[in-house]
Amino acid sequence: MANMEYNVPSERWPAHPETATLEGKNKFIGFWTFLAGETALFASLFATYLALKDSVPSDDHLLAADLFHLELAFVMTMFLLTSSLTSVYAVYHMRNNNFSKMQLWLGITVLLGLGFLALEIYEFIEYTHLGHTFRSSAFGSAFYFLIGTHGFHVCIGLVWITLLILRNAKRGLSVYTAAKVNTAALYWHFIDVVWVFIFTIVYLLGVM
Amino acid sequence: MASATKKRGVGSVIWDYMTTVDHKKIAILYLIAGGFFFALGGIEAMLIRIQLAVPNNDFLSAGLFNEVITMHGTTMIFLAAMPLLFAFMNATVPLQIGARDVAFPFLNSLGVWLFIFGGIFLNLSWFMGGAPDAGWTSYASLSINSPGHGIDFYALGLQIAGAGTLISGINFVTTIISMRAPGMTYMRMPLMTWTTLVASVLIVFAFPPLTIGIFLLTFDRMFGSSFFLVETGGNTIIWEHLFWIFGHPEVYILILPAFGIFSEIFATFARKRLFGYSAMVFATVLIGFFGFMVWAHHMFTVGLGPTANAIFAVATMAIAVPTGIKIFNWIFTIWGGSIEFTTPMLYALAFIPSFVMGGVTGIMQAAAPADYQYHDSYFIVAHFHYVIVGGVVFGLLAGLHYYWPLMFGTMLSEKLGKISFVLFVAGFHVTFLIQHFLGLWGMPRRVFTYLDGQGYNTSNMISTVGALMMAVAVIILLINIIITVAKNQKVGRDPWGDGRTLEWSLPIPVPYYNFAQTPLIRGLDAYWIEKKENDGKMMPAESLDDFHMPNNSIIPFVISLGLFVAAFGALHFASGKEWAIDAVSDLPQHPWALWVLILGLAIVFISMGVRSWKDDLGYYVTKEEVLKDLEEQERGAK
Repeated sequence: MANMEYNVPSERWPAHPETATLEGKNKFIGFWTFLAGETALFASLFATYLALKDSVPSDDHLLAADLFHLELAFVMTMFLLTSSLTSVYAVYHMRNNNFSKMQLWLGITVLLGLGFLALEIYEFIEYTHLGHTFRSSAFGSAFYFLIGTHGFHVCIGLVWITLLILRNAKRGLSVYTAAKVNTAALYWHFIDVVWVFIFTIVYLLGVM
Repeated sequence: MASATKKRGVGSVIWDYMTTVDHKKIAILYLIAGGFFFALGGIEAMLIRIQLAVPNNDFLSAGLFNEVITMHGTTMIFLAAMPLLFAFMNATVPLQIGARDVAFPFLNSLGVWLFIFGGIFLNLSWFMGGAPDAGWTSYASLSINSPGHGIDFYALGLQIAGAGTLISGINFVTTIISMRAPGMTYMRMPLMTWTTLVASVLIVFAFPPLTIGIFLLTFDRMFGSSFFLVETGGNTIIWEHLFWIFGHPEVYILILPAFGIFSEIFATFARKRLFGYSAMVFATVLIGFFGFMVWAHHMFTVGLGPTANAIFAVATMAIAVPTGIKIFNWIFTIWGGSIEFTTPMLYALAFIPSFVMGGVTGIMQAAAPADYQYHDSYFIVAHFHYVIVGGVVFGLLAGLHYYWPLMFGTMLSEKLGKISFVLFVAGFHVTFLIQHFLGLWGMPRRVFTYLDGQGYNTSNMISTVGALMMAVAVIILLINIIITVAKNQKVGRDPWGDGRTLEWSLPIPVPYYNFAQTPLIRGLDAYWIEKKENDGKMMPAESLDDFHMPNNSIIPFVISLGLFVAAFGALHFASGKEWAIDAVSDLPQHPWALWVLILGLAIVFISMGVRSWKDDLGYYVTKEEVLKDLEEQERGAK
């Protein structure tokens, strides 16, 4: 990599540091391609969920309308949407060559993501107490698999961003680290978009 | 990193291949591993044909026969055809577009090791309690009830290998979009590169549904979920949809790169520009697009209803149009050309009628009402072997002969090549032509034997004789390879003499950095243009200078090993648990299973963390080193 220079003076800092090198550009294109594949992955999950929604072995199982609270889903949505916004701030400061602000906003993104995850775990525990489990019915399997896959993506994203914050703490900003941060931010946005679909298809359609 | 001529120990060569990120070496890894699995799948095919040679045969038991047909199909599709195509894609595409490596050399290595470990895991089932036995399609209604761990081997092995394929697909998409040399516009890319691009896009969209399908199956068998368990609300048709949303594009993922290989061969050995290049490109894209619209034609008899069947029938027939465009363009390329009948060209010529026959039976099956007759009969077996052997395998054999000098710097014997060609093509038609009639006469597929006196005896014997001919042809091919390797007669640049595309402009062996200077591309068939209008040398697009290359890494191997270890944990996780499905609930418990699963995943995630944590900046090849190599090539040429 040609310019592995850290703490570049701002007048030489490119407008788009994440794609300033061939490696950065490749990462950008490659990651979008990966997200295309992820879209197909979640589309398959949504299709499976819709096919198995409310499909339970007997009448005493709770159905979507009995389970879901829009209040909780709304708070979770707010946590995740806000975290997407804060990751935009991080990328904004990355492009402006402001390392410490970038780290700060990445940190806030992680905290909001953790909040979301905590609420999701609370939700799962509550449903389990009500008898709606992964093994109780096909509906349960499909529900936990769809939401769980999304939650797993959130976990991966949190570990990833935390790792980036830590690894870059002593290094600072370069076009190399900028590409890494930008890729993680793309991933985080994708998780967010998937959640918007989950909110609509699972929760909104669920309570109707 | 010095020149390849230096003598080295076996250990260092093995280490080099374990850590390599060079697309040319990865191509060789794909070729060797894919070739091994091709031989394995071939042996399984022979076992099938021996069992079916005579009525009431007891060579294989019914259960073993199911395992053999399942493993034959699975091995040939996932572990032989795909990796062998990846071998040629890796060997040619970066060279055809003028790149020094692929976009993600690290991921390229990860892709090949995931495939190898996935393939090994799948085949370990033979030694660890029985292979999968629910057919390569592994329909959930069968696979959920299959006792033992066979299906788990299938699911976990394909999950690992499939992840490798997805990664490689993403890599090729990015490489072709981003790494093209100056002047290499999209409409100047060789057909091999175009078909690789379209096939890779198909991989990106087709493999995730398979991933999900396999996860649903794994979770039902491993964690007690009920996606496919009808008694708790599940639905087995979901598997069929997910499998075929993957499975139909998969056949285009296989055939498109084969089309690419044939397009290169026709133009080279007819010594003519490919006829209708832009029509070929658009036909390729169109086939890729339609490939996603037709999956339910595998499910006409499921009962989706007349509307769904009609839509999918019409969409299926539409694919014949772009495919027909291709067939005619190949014929017009040969038309009036100065044809040289080399082994690759012979395979290409034999491909046209064989593949058209497979296509015609495909259109017959696309007619949904008629398909009720063909469904699950030997007619289907004949059809898909005509397209997959007559298309993909012919393409692989043609590509093997055609690209062998580029990959290994020697020429396969043309004489032995032609003998094995004749035997293989004749054997192929003897084996499968008769199976159309067997199917129409009522012989169902996937049966382990048949009764005497039903009129199937002679035809089945003929089919077995044909399979034997193909086996002999493959053995002759192997002998050819061994002789060629032993003789080791080196060839130089442009060994066929009529190379048109960029890869033939390079010295052989190709330097590890491919291009000393990135070439300037002045049109389609870039090398041919320079040969006809210039001194036969590519014009450089940059001055000779230091350039950047990626570092080798062992991490891809370790990540793949981690998943391999984790798969053993996953395999035994549900054994003997009371919540497990009947198929595994009475097996002995393995308390260590969870810990092995955690250990394997820990290896994976720690390796990924290390990869992310460390700076991997690559290294520079200096101008002096390149100049020295160029001088050596000059001297070698004289």
